[in-house]
Amino acid sequence: MALDNQTIQKTLIDQFGLSVKEFHEQHDLLVFEVAPDTLHAVVQFLKENDQMNFNFLTDVCGVHYPDSEENRQFAVVYHMHNWMDNVRIRFKAYLNGKNPVVDSVVDLFKSANWQERETYDFYGIKFKNHPQLKRILNMDEMESFPLRKEFPMEDEGRTDKDDRFFGRTIHNC
Amino acid sequence: MSDLLLPPEQRYAKLIEEKFKEDGTELQILNLGPTHPATHGIFQNIILLDGEKVLDGEGTIGYIHRAFEKIAENRPFYQINVLTDRLNYCSSPINNTAWWMTVEKALGIEIPKRVQYLRVIIMELARIADHIICSSVMGVDTGALTGFLYVFQYREKIYEIYEEISGARLTTNMGRIGGFEREWSPAVFQKIEEFLAEFPAIWSEFEGLLTRNRIFMDRTIGVGGISAEEAINFGFTGPNLRAAGVDYDVRVATPYCSYEDFDFEIPVGTAGDCYDRFCVRNAEVWESMKIIRQALDKMPEGPYHADVPEYYLPPKEDVYTNMEALIYHFKIVMGEVPVPVTELYHCVEGGNGELGFYLITDGSRTPYRLHFRRPCFIIYQAYNDIVKGGMLSDAIITLSSLNIIAGELDA
Repeated sequence: MALDNQTIQKTLIDQFGLSVKEFHEQHDLLVFEVAPDTLHAVVQFLKENDQMNFNFLTDVCGVHYPDSEENRQFAVVYHMHNWMDNVRIRFKAYLNGKNPVVDSVVDLFKSANWQERETYDFYGIKFKNHPQLKRILNMDEMESFPLRKEFPMEDEGRTDKDDRFFGRTIHNC
Repeated sequence: MSDLLLPPEQRYAKLIEEKFKEDGTELQILNLGPTHPATHGIFQNIILLDGEKVLDGEGTIGYIHRAFEKIAENRPFYQINVLTDRLNYCSSPINNTAWWMTVEKALGIEIPKRVQYLRVIIMELARIADHIICSSVMGVDTGALTGFLYVFQYREKIYEIYEEISGARLTTNMGRIGGFEREWSPAVFQKIEEFLAEFPAIWSEFEGLLTRNRIFMDRTIGVGGISAEEAINFGFTGPNLRAAGVDYDVRVATPYCSYEDFDFEIPVGTAGDCYDRFCVRNAEVWESMKIIRQALDKMPEGPYHADVPEYYLPPKEDVYTNMEALIYHFKIVMGEVPVPVTELYHCVEGGNGELGFYLITDGSRTPYRLHFRRPCFIIYQAYNDIVKGGMLSDAIITLSSLNIIAGELDA
């Protein structure tokens, strides 16, 4: 029997209780939220459980939500894929805005290594137990984390370009 | 502090000293890259060598990092297309089409069958162009320049087809939300027919030049091998994974763009070494030609774009005469396109594997977050593990067989 979203949801809730929540389907993908302290256990369960069998970690990336409450200002997004039943899932772990830390999953999936480094490089999200957590795409001396929303794309001191003339207001850009 | 956090030169200096004290052996550090002719792009490998044997290595990337994800967060949806061109610039139509399909999925637009078939044709042509480069450059790295020069003119032919469709050769910027910007001219179809008529003979000759060539086989068989389990663990997709014997292909696993209508095989290898990667790519070129042939034969009639006036630029003559068209034109050009609040992941089979777009929209004119899952970036982290223990010259051929494209690596 092919694995369906209800089974995944039920098995995860049985296993982890309130640490996994907010299940819903979005564009045919089961989406849910994982508490950061159980994240490693959830990924391990999804990978190693015979029924779940999510053998492939497709993608890891970060998101910044500066307007949310402090405990949910960052999110690390994981996409996993079960090749046997061809099911994909996505889950997020929301992290604290002051001190974003989450467990690394490099010991489970080697593909997470550079993806976590990239997330650290862009957002400053720290991955506990990562073997080599340093910048990857930007230079080592850099101090800011460029994909955070507080860093604008352009220098705000620029005077040669007036946004009003380009139809842009603070609300639409 | 862990040793791994040190810059590789410092870490290796320590290793070299220890080794010298131990048995008097002198190790050396070699900087392969950033702009070595053998690296196919701008990225550096700092390699620790014992004679010719690779003991350790570390890849340093980011030399052409252009902050695409940040730029994408500040641009209207239709302007992001030009960013995707520059990811894997050997097969930009695949990236373009993948991006439009992501936006169409967010908007819930139904795409006409004809558009899907046209997209399949252009994506498979792009895949052929991508594989032509990779396979022929593998020949160059083993010392056979002839094959490269011989098949490269056919990449030019494919670029002429791009030029006929979109006006550009490399950064194709192809398509719009819902379809293509204009109908393909008869010249396009004629050029594709010409290509399909001429190319098989050339490609089999190229294969004949290298596949059973003693030097080429000696240089590639058993070199840079990776097992299926390791490949999955490292997140391999595309030809590099299939060479290890796993028949995962996004076109079959999660069909998009009517790939389910076509009859084609997924070539797989066994050993996952350089030779298998070469053979899998070559076989994929034949499969791509098969798909193009079928798509041309079964080409449905119909419009070349979906009927979505809110997102698709109206014809210019309508803009001058029709008020509604003028309003839509203005809104689209000013980037006032409302994209509903959603979150989605869409992936296609790129030249190197699963190319994915993870998009978060918040209802404004720009994406809230756009993440590119770039196959090269994920594949390349395995490189130093693969070459460890081998020869330096094997490291070069492994690099070219993985088909690392710097644009996709760095984004």
